[in-house]
Amino acid sequence: MVASKDSGENLVSVQVDDHWISVPRGTRMIEACKQAAAEVPHYCYHPKLTSPGNCRMCLVEMGMPPRPSPGEEPELDADGHAKINWMPRPVIACANTVVDGMGIRTQSLLAKECRQGVMEFLLINHPLDCPICDQAGECTLQEYSVEHGNGQSRFLESKVKKPKNVEIGPRIRLDDERCVLCSRCVRFSKEVVDDDVFGFVDRGSHSVLTVHPDRKLENNYSLNTVDICPVGALTSNDFRFKMRVWFMRETKSLCTGCARGCNTVVGSREGKIYRQSPRENNDVNSAWMCDTGRMEYHQLENPARLTEPMIKRGKKHRTVDWPEAICRAARDLTKFKGEQLAIIASGRMTNEELYLTRTLAESLQPGVVDIVKREGEGDDYLSHCDKNPNVNGARKVLKIRSPGSKLKSIRKRIVEDKIKALLVIGEDLIDCGFTEGELSSLQCLVSSHIIANPTAKMSHVVLPGAGYAEKRGSMINATGRLQRLNKAIDPPGQSREDWEILHELNRAVDGCDGVTELADVFTQMASTLSIFKGLSLSRIGDLGVDVMDTGETVPLLEREARRVSEGLIVG
Amino acid sequence: MPIVVQRPRLTIAEKCYFPAIMKGLRITLGHAIRILLRKKKVTMQYPEAKWDDHLPEHYRGAPALVTDEHDRERCVSCQLCEFICPPRAITIIPEEIPAGDEWQKVEKRPKIFDIDMIRCIYCGMCEEVCPEQAIFLRKDYAITGVSREEMVHDKKKLYEIGGRREGLVNKWNELK
Amino acid sequence: MNCSLASIEFSAVLIHVIKIVVLVFVVILPMVAYSVWAERKVSAIIQDRVGPNRVGIPFTKISLAGLGQPIADGVKFLLKEDLTPGHVNKLYFWLAPALTMVPAILTCAVLPFGSELFGEKMVVADLNVGPLFIFAIASLSVYGIVLAGWSSNSKYPFLGGIRSSSQMISYEISLGLSLVPVLLIFGELNLSTIVEEQSKNGWLLLPLWGEGAVWNGGWDRFFLFFPACIAFIVFTTSIFAETNRLPFDLPECETELVAGYHTEYSSMKFALFFLGEYAAMIIGSGLIVTLFLGGWSLPFGWDAGLMKMAGNPEQVPWWLGLMHIATFLGKVIAFIIFFIWVRWTLPRFRYDQLMKLGWIVFFELALLNIFITAGILILTRP
Ligand code: SF4
Ligand code: SF4
Ligand code: SF4
Ligand code: SF4
Ligand code: FES
Repeated sequence: MVASKDSGENLVSVQVDDHWISVPRGTRMIEACKQAAAEVPHYCYHPKLTSPGNCRMCLVEMGMPPRPSPGEEPELDADGHAKINWMPRPVIACANTVVDGMGIRTQSLLAKECRQGVMEFLLINHPLDCPICDQAGECTLQEYSVEHGNGQSRFLESKVKKPKNVEIGPRIRLDDERCVLCSRCVRFSKEVVDDDVFGFVDRGSHSVLTVHPDRKLENNYSLNTVDICPVGALTSNDFRFKMRVWFMRETKSLCTGCARGCNTVVGSREGKIYRQSPRENNDVNSAWMCDTGRMEYHQLENPARLTEPMIKRGKKHRTVDWPEAICRAARDLTKFKGEQLAIIASGRMTNEELYLTRTLAESLQPGVVDIVKREGEGDDYLSHCDKNPNVNGARKVLKIRSPGSKLKSIRKRIVEDKIKALLVIGEDLIDCGFTEGELSSLQCLVSSHIIANPTAKMSHVVLPGAGYAEKRGSMINATGRLQRLNKAIDPPGQSREDWEILHELNRAVDGCDGVTELADVFTQMASTLSIFKGLSLSRIGDLGVDVMDTGETVPLLEREARRVSEGLIVG
Repeated sequence: MPIVVQRPRLTIAEKCYFPAIMKGLRITLGHAIRILLRKKKVTMQYPEAKWDDHLPEHYRGAPALVTDEHDRERCVSCQLCEFICPPRAITIIPEEIPAGDEWQKVEKRPKIFDIDMIRCIYCGMCEEVCPEQAIFLRKDYAITGVSREEMVHDKKKLYEIGGRREGLVNKWNELK
Repeated sequence: MNCSLASIEFSAVLIHVIKIVVLVFVVILPMVAYSVWAERKVSAIIQDRVGPNRVGIPFTKISLAGLGQPIADGVKFLLKEDLTPGHVNKLYFWLAPALTMVPAILTCAVLPFGSELFGEKMVVADLNVGPLFIFAIASLSVYGIVLAGWSSNSKYPFLGGIRSSSQMISYEISLGLSLVPVLLIFGELNLSTIVEEQSKNGWLLLPLWGEGAVWNGGWDRFFLFFPACIAFIVFTTSIFAETNRLPFDLPECETELVAGYHTEYSSMKFALFFLGEYAAMIIGSGLIVTLFLGGWSLPFGWDAGLMKMAGNPEQVPWWLGLMHIATFLGKVIAFIIFFIWVRWTLPRFRYDQLMKLGWIVFFELALLNIFITAGILILTRP
């Protein structure tokens, strides 16, 4: 028990539901309640956005110690705190901050009645859409009406009709009848992505959310509004009617769309991914991600996915089993020595895969090892201009100084017939400027892909790998944070996780390597490379750890920090 | 308040089971003899004689989908029945009702609705959970087939069995 | 006889093969099939139902009280889709049903199912250690169940397998011990000789003629009647437990374990378990009949009388031989019906009750019984 008088400079004592806790000065009441494990229901409040206090769901009973007249000693209760005078009317917990000696009751009769009243108002015009509403199952309106609602409607009049099923942007549909007018979407667009397209029009129970008549919600962060919308008013066209949320298994993973490495949750059911949404990580992506990254998972559904290992016989590819493919690849690659051989890896590979490529390179001794550079357009929020998610990993693990710088010379030496064999992992060389003529002049081309691309078509041995949500591993993002990818679904058909393929190749070339599972690779890596020292795959945790200092910052996080310091948001 | 049930104290004779076993054997023997002497009327001879006319309203036969008085399919593909079904007999793939359809405002309907009658245990959970009153257990009970495929009732078959039901709650009417 | 050595051996082998084939395929397997029919019919009449009454001669309306049912069942078992779940251990999964069926049938080798027919002893292997052989083989059948439970790689079968192994091991002890007094009384381990002895001097549970009768001075048998009854009760109950029959069918208790160790089995593999259980029941009945109720012998010393009538004291006439076989089968069938009757009367034990009964009651009782018998023997047969 912390007595208010002894509390530190910046701590204040607050009584929440009869228990005293101490929280930093300036904490919002709702956050203080959260710390005391008393969740206050809320709609409009979001820690990353300003608090307009317009939904009134978070009403609680509040009390303050009386201000003693000069010379008078305050009356103390059994714990030594000043006695609290409870106020007759409720206050909102989201926009008010605590003060020393304050009392909050979240379970009192007054608080409960307030919630019940607010719920009743919210449900007056709410449609009975749950069976067709994508939000059902993760809808706070559903949850709160079960917990705090009436269970019965007293409303006899006709409900107000509002626009339904409106396309407000290329990726989003709006259903105004379901909207609870919390304005989270309005604030997100305005405050976080500076695209002020939303607004409320009309008054009273006719008031509706709408987009500016001449504009659309089409910024690259628009789908975040779907996530923060507490109800099913904003729904994603991509996810619409595809799967009910309660069927999905959620896997914590990463987006590999760019070097930012936004933390994600992948929702899948029975081997199919249905959606990907951001996971809060205040050192990487706050609570957001870009729409492009969200749609990345569709590449895994490409009908041209490779599902079986193949060997080229004459002009045609023939499917074979894994041992044969690995054997053949190892036999062909070991025929070539030093300068005759080159390895082209990828900045999309995980650290573990890069490390196994490195051990492979140690035994094959190729003349060159490089990765492909993948530059794109970044923006001032999250999206990074480097579209390779793990360039820092390639730098550290594979010792690539300047990614993509050696590709030209590789091409030249292929033409000069100096390089006769090429091992390509996860990249389409035709896409990187190689010509078919160059590739066909090679005596041995072994490649691993997930899609039947032109390089795979030219390859003598094709090893089908796994997409980013089909494998485990670790990556280092642009700011030097080591994070973990997790496996949401199994790779299709016979295809395998890439580390397994590389591990088998290593074994075929060099015999046993003491690795039986992925964690072993990381352990070996941690004992060779100083930046991973003391770490293991499990110790990386869900939020990752900083392993290097790249000097880069995230523009969006900096602005968020500024708003926090100004007291606008909680953060 | 927990209720304490006092176990009856058993006598030695009861404890060694034998009298009870003998008594049991006597009772079963009595039944057997009565049947053998044809003193008692027994069960109905199934395929020739059937209970069909006496099936109660709440009889739980094969689950089926129903349409409403406008021939609209009542199911909106919320997949709650798929979720609740204990043996996972139901498979639903929803689709959006295309623009221009008479019932476009309902937005969602099942594209595929399959009930695997090999799996179904006729529990009636689907009927109970359905928020749209779209699925009912009908009185058909002799569901047979010679292949697995035949035993999967698809949407067409389900509406065939289910038919039309009028007078149910209709939340998709004009007033809503 | 001036046959060559080879031909003697050949004919002996041939006779044995004929005995085995006839015994297994003409007697045991049809009996198994029809005890299933009897089970269904008896349960039906006990429960005021009709039972199988339709299947008769195919394509006619003649139903023969449903006697065709076992054949239809058999055909169905053979034609059903044989599923082997993906997660099982294939080798043992396949081995298990065979391991339950084979020991059940093997044990019938030493059971004397008749006296003599055309001078040939009606037993496949006239072993001098009959009961021991039976225990040795019968205890193997627990492997079938344990393997089925384990290889199915699924929870219910696993629990069923565990239950069954502990149950069978526990009851094997009282089974073995309860038999010792019987062997003490006869002073003999050869089942054929035991039956002959009973034929002459009164059944173990009916010592009313020959030297066994009190009026002929069989005081020992009079006093031994009591321990013999105890042995009979313990032995019979343990056979119930050994064959996993109700009230001891906890390994496949459907209220708790779906179907116990054979949950994952279908088609013919399931049928093997099913038939194995009935075969074990038949052999068990045969054993009880042989040891306690005079096997193939007729009561009240009629055997000796009929032999006298036939004239030749050395050779059992063929009609008497057949009569003996019929007597044996009749007794066994009566016992099977008793098994069935019990099953449809008694509820299932709780597992702890089952174990308690096995270890605390029967084990002690059987042990004590040995000493009682031995004491009586010392006093009455000095
Ligand atoms: S927003 Fe929530 S309460 Fe409203 S229809 Fe959708 S799921 Fe139901
Ligand atoms: S659409 Fe959703 S987030 Fe936007 S105001 Fe309505 S309820 Fe709030
Ligand atoms: S009756 Fe039960 S088992 Fe059959 S489909 Fe409905 S919920 Fe599933
Ligand atoms: S619960 Fe009713 S409305 Fe929902 S999918 Fe099943 S049948 Fe359709
Ligand atoms: S959450 Fe406090 S008013 Fe909306």
